[in-house]
Amino acid sequence: MSRRLSLFAGRPPFPGGIHPPTRKSLAEEAAIEVLPLPKQVRIPVLQHAGAPCIPSVKPRQAVVLGEKIGESEGFIGTSMHASVSGVVTRSETAVLPNGRHVRLIPISTAGEQPEGRDLFDLLLGGDWPKEGLDRHDPAEIARACRDAGIVGMGGAAFPTHVKLARNEGRPVDTLVVNGCECEPYLTSDARLMVEAPAPIVAGGLLAARAAGAGRIVIAVEDNKPGAITALRSAAAGTGIEVVATETRYPMGGERQLAPAVLGRTVPTGGIPLDIGVVVINVATAAALARAVLRGGPMTHRLVTVTGRGVVRPGNLLCPVGTPYRDLLDACGGLAEDAARVVSGGPMMGFTVGDLDTPVTKGTSGLTVLSREEVARIRETACVRCGRCVDVCPLSLTPTKMAQAARFRNWEVARRYQLLACCECGCCGYECPAGIPLVQLIRTGKAVMPRS
Amino acid sequence: MSGIAAPEASPGPRLEVSPGPHIARAGLTTRRMMLDVLIALAPVTAVSIYLFRWHAILQIAIGVLGCSLFELLFARMRGRPSPLGDLSAAVTGLILALSLPWSAPWYVGLVGSLVAVGIGKVVFGGLGQNIFNPAMVGRAFVMVCFPAALGAAAYQMAGDGAAIVTQATPLTAAKQLGQSAPLWPLLVGTVNGSLGETSALGCLLGGIYLCLRRTAAWRIPLGIIAAAALLGGIQNLAAPAAGWTVLHHLAGGALLFGAFFIATDPVTSPLTPRGMWIYGIGIGAMVMFLRAYSGYPEGVVAAVLLLNGATPLIDRFTIPRPVGGPVPARR
Repeated sequence: MSRRLSLFAGRPPFPGGIHPPTRKSLAEEAAIEVLPLPKQVRIPVLQHAGAPCIPSVKPRQAVVLGEKIGESEGFIGTSMHASVSGVVTRSETAVLPNGRHVRLIPISTAGEQPEGRDLFDLLLGGDWPKEGLDRHDPAEIARACRDAGIVGMGGAAFPTHVKLARNEGRPVDTLVVNGCECEPYLTSDARLMVEAPAPIVAGGLLAARAAGAGRIVIAVEDNKPGAITALRSAAAGTGIEVVATETRYPMGGERQLAPAVLGRTVPTGGIPLDIGVVVINVATAAALARAVLRGGPMTHRLVTVTGRGVVRPGNLLCPVGTPYRDLLDACGGLAEDAARVVSGGPMMGFTVGDLDTPVTKGTSGLTVLSREEVARIRETACVRCGRCVDVCPLSLTPTKMAQAARFRNWEVARRYQLLACCECGCCGYECPAGIPLVQLIRTGKAVMPRS
Repeated sequence: MSGIAAPEASPGPRLEVSPGPHIARAGLTTRRMMLDVLIALAPVTAVSIYLFRWHAILQIAIGVLGCSLFELLFARMRGRPSPLGDLSAAVTGLILALSLPWSAPWYVGLVGSLVAVGIGKVVFGGLGQNIFNPAMVGRAFVMVCFPAALGAAAYQMAGDGAAIVTQATPLTAAKQLGQSAPLWPLLVGTVNGSLGETSALGCLLGGIYLCLRRTAAWRIPLGIIAAAALLGGIQNLAAPAAGWTVLHHLAGGALLFGAFFIATDPVTSPLTPRGMWIYGIGIGAMVMFLRAYSGYPEGVVAAVLLLNGATPLIDRFTIPRPVGGPVPARR
């Protein structure tokens, strides 16, 4: 329907894209639940893009919820906080889903601390102002973000204060709050928009104030009418535009969203700031509001636990550092035919082999795929069918890029703009020959000499 | 590639670790695409069997079995598993058979199959690696080797099929005798010709199915038809007395068969939208040029092979511009 409409409206906002079965119905009706306090959390010192945090606590030291336990050096970095009250134990090392080996600060839970409904109210409940936010100093807002450890919760976990810091040379005119949640299966942003739209609106106003953006747009895919309604009523009178976008993966990518809602294209190799835009995720906006208005750091996040491989899918509010196992147990455990536990959604997420892997600030969901849901095509030769070219939202030629990367032919890789790929996975989803296009391209991007 | 998550103490499902994306479009495989081509060829195959009876069945059996046999043989020689499951040999065999006259001796189809699979595909490295359409390589080879069995006269041999099979093909009649043909038989297919090419409607029906399934790229047949219509129109305006109109050009001969089933072979056609237009328009123009000026009444085989050869170049010169522009020099 919307696809047909866009035919009349001229060129679609971005080329290609796919319409995979969203399977949002597995968890989209499940109200946010607060996870019972885990016995132990293990907080990675690097959960974000940039410099790792340097821990400031010692083993056997008692910490309380929200206490700062480490901070990065340098501008692109952030701080980390105790996500439960308890006692620090000896640090460990683990492999995060993205493959990084990272030091963890374990905290054994102990003592009185907010739980259940109280915790929800502390983080997201109650009243959130939407007027008078202009009295906050822009630089103060950015500083509060860094102090509260606010990083992007959409997945990439880029430190938010870096995006919001004003830069004379590159003025910002528009703030886009991203509620697209285009990844199939995931519903945590959708639940947050329905159940707690007020902190999102407050966070959007504060972020725009910090960045100096005069226009604020909250973008939501049109398959989430409940979220759109809730946000529209929460944002009434603030001047924030709540825009329903077409539902098409990867609408939530910055490079797709900017053209879709603003008609502006982010240059290859650049960031939205280059076109005067800052994009933050809805959950980040809510966390930012709490950091500025209530002085609370980013200690918890909402995680969707979904897929046919889990018994009772749901949306859980849990401390950063919670082991995946606790989340899965709270959802009835793994089903008999569970095949892959994916950190994130099925398109861009990473499988994990260790269920003790901790939730980070960027963990948007755990998608447990059953044998039947998992893609299973034996790799055969490319027949140049061109479907990868048709679905690429950046107008690239994935099969050529992947072949060039496979054979380390960097001249061809450059000719086909290997580094422009955003790894959204549309090509891999579509490939009838089962070629691991994204994997080959990702490897190529990492290995290709840069000069 | 797979790891075990749960230690033995807590038995659970065996979890695998694998790169994403973790889901794929259901039911989309290379085999399914080949099957689509076979399904799309059903209408013209049916027409050929109706017209040429057991001659058609025989040619199709020789082509399909021949190509499959040689594919299997070459796979054995290369120590590869049987590739017959992808159905690409069946597609090559069927297209080759449908491009032959009913009267071709049995060994023509067999030699054509050998060359199609062996020289057309395997020497390049098998499926996906060949530059030229295998069926057309086989067809071109037998055309050169057995001119008597495949020339205009072969189509007019008296046989025990329906009466129409002894007439000259419409294009031959037009070229040599200056005769025009009534349009309706050209559309339905009750005319002489290579097995699969006679029915324009059959080609359209199967071709539209292929395009809707996105197994064939619609830009290619559209480019071919548009170019042929344009040049046919000019020719028609230049010599209106001939009675050979644009529709005759489109519906007569192998133009539609070639446009939908041969030129759209993804392996040997360009990858990019712009490249597909260039390729399609190039084939359409070349066919019309050969029809008008060459010694042959038809030119689809030569036109497709020529543009197949140009495909790597076309691809190279039509690399799409990425959204947001090329990657900056220093990154």
